[in-house]
Amino acid sequence: MQEAMDLTVAPNPFFWNLETTKDFYRALSKTPVSRVVVGELVCSKRLPFIQDAFPEAVETLVEAGKSVALTTLALITLKRERKQTADLFDAGMIVEISDLSALRHLPQGQPFWVGPLVNVYNEGTLRWLAAQGAERVCLPPELPIESVRRLAQVGAECGVAIEVWGHGRAPLAISARCYHARLHDRIKDNCQFVCGDDPDGRDVDTLDAQKFLVANGVQTLSHATTSMVRHCDLLREAGVSALRLSPQSQHFVEICEGYAAVLEGVRDAEDFARDLVQLVPDGQLADGFLTGICGADWSGAA
Amino acid sequence: MELVCPAGTPAALRTAVKAGAHTIYCGFADETNARNFPGLNFSRKELGEAIVFAHAHGSKVLVAINTFPRAGGEDIWHRAISDAGSLGADAVILADLGLLAYTAEHHPELRRHLSVQAAAANPDAINFYAEAFDVRRVVLPRVLTVAEIKAINAEIDVETEVFVFGGLCVMAEGRCSLSSYATGRSPNMNGVCSPASHVSYSEEEGDLVARLGGYTIHRTEKERSAPYPTLCKGCFTSREQTGHVFEDPTSLDATRLIPDLAKAGVTALKIEGRQRSRAYVEKVVRAFRGAVEAEAQGRPMPEGLLATLSEGQAVTTGAYAKVWR
Repeated sequence: MQEAMDLTVAPNPFFWNLETTKDFYRALSKTPVSRVVVGELVCSKRLPFIQDAFPEAVETLVEAGKSVALTTLALITLKRERKQTADLFDAGMIVEISDLSALRHLPQGQPFWVGPLVNVYNEGTLRWLAAQGAERVCLPPELPIESVRRLAQVGAECGVAIEVWGHGRAPLAISARCYHARLHDRIKDNCQFVCGDDPDGRDVDTLDAQKFLVANGVQTLSHATTSMVRHCDLLREAGVSALRLSPQSQHFVEICEGYAAVLEGVRDAEDFARDLVQLVPDGQLADGFLTGICGADWSGAA
Repeated sequence: MELVCPAGTPAALRTAVKAGAHTIYCGFADETNARNFPGLNFSRKELGEAIVFAHAHGSKVLVAINTFPRAGGEDIWHRAISDAGSLGADAVILADLGLLAYTAEHHPELRRHLSVQAAAANPDAINFYAEAFDVRRVVLPRVLTVAEIKAINAEIDVETEVFVFGGLCVMAEGRCSLSSYATGRSPNMNGVCSPASHVSYSEEEGDLVARLGGYTIHRTEKERSAPYPTLCKGCFTSREQTGHVFEDPTSLDATRLIPDLAKAGVTALKIEGRQRSRAYVEKVVRAFRGAVEAEAQGRPMPEGLLATLSEGQAVTTGAYAKVWR
């Protein structure tokens, strides 16, 4: 008998204002998710606007019985970003590492989680991280099921819970350059926080009007929303511990409830997959990294 | 400064050595390296002969084993490490944590360089790799300004190597799955980006349309030359705007920054392009050897020497200048 899978909520990759962020975590505390990763992942310039939301969010989520971790930035370059990263380890909470340089600040013996933007592709890397104190690892979204299966086995051997990117626009790339600023003919230093205008990212379509990518500041995401809704049994049998759900600005409570119902077996996966089309931006889903030919493929009905 | 040059074939390696490369980097003909293209790279026998040739001419050979080993297939990468060592490579260039740990444990005498694919972009990251795996040199990701490189060098003890010419990744290297999203083939897992096997060209309404994995990347008038459809250099539409959202079809030329990079404490200058022809390698290596000599003697840098060799004939100094961001 396989262990039950549960749900982890990823740090919000987008730039929402303070009140929206506070409201989001208040609502999230009432959903049937097991754990939540809080904090700014994508751009340190956003932090001053939203950091006041996090203490309250942590408190509310912990009171509601969720495990909570704080994320590091995904790309740490500036001195103040390094300082912020070092300070995260003093908060007395679990830190989720999204940039390996954070390991240099890790106090000896302190357990940590590893986010999907850290390259954990194989047994050697997973075992090494486990030996340093990794308790949970969310695998990179591009891994195929064969890799997921093998890494879940090794995770079980060395006491690391394995998560898979379960829902959300796939994080495909991160850069020093801000594409949102570039689309407004600005450079990053003078971005005027235009990424805040697009709560789910800004569409980047092909010249033939195919929906393809979205820009989110320095991050590039898939336009389609990844969903593992049709693969929950496969992932459970593979030994995966949790699906990771990445925030979107609309319907997120309903989405969390839907996945929880599917995992509990009280809701039919195909039925929820049909509903998801109405709940994700532009109704586009993908699950191709796991079982398809390319990441953008969707195994269900078009 | 040390000039580190690419070689995709034994012939290119000999050409680069003769043209003045201090150091050559290359890879095995399989998925263990990030330029896993058909017809490219070295067999074990070829690499052994190439190393003998290079050493006889006073040049070093670095072997890039810089993809992320596949779960269940790590043996292939471990054998590559062991073979590079026994064939006499001067160093291996690695990106994966697990592979670094394996090499440090099983081949401690084999010098380790950190690949750009590891995207170590700050002193903490570099010092982490240095302390954990005794990495001796780090190839810096193309996300840093010259001032930032200087600041990094002040906080680390290992050598730094930076790209000065050739293809330009605009995303943090080793952390990009755009290619596998569109084609199923990725730099990290397969050693390829925007692979030719997934490229198609068609003529539509007088335009030449270049697609990658079915996604339109360029649409140009038929008479004009169409750039290769590398995903991040494509032309896209975002609302009312159409253009190169991520980067223009441009390539890196930091020749004029060489004196600044030297002052910033950089040890080695790297030229991208293991997929390039011998003629290209010959010209670029010769020009950069001249530039490196000029820098050593305090002479000005030669300007525009290589413009015609650059992709799309447009060049940039990339992230080395802060306004690029």
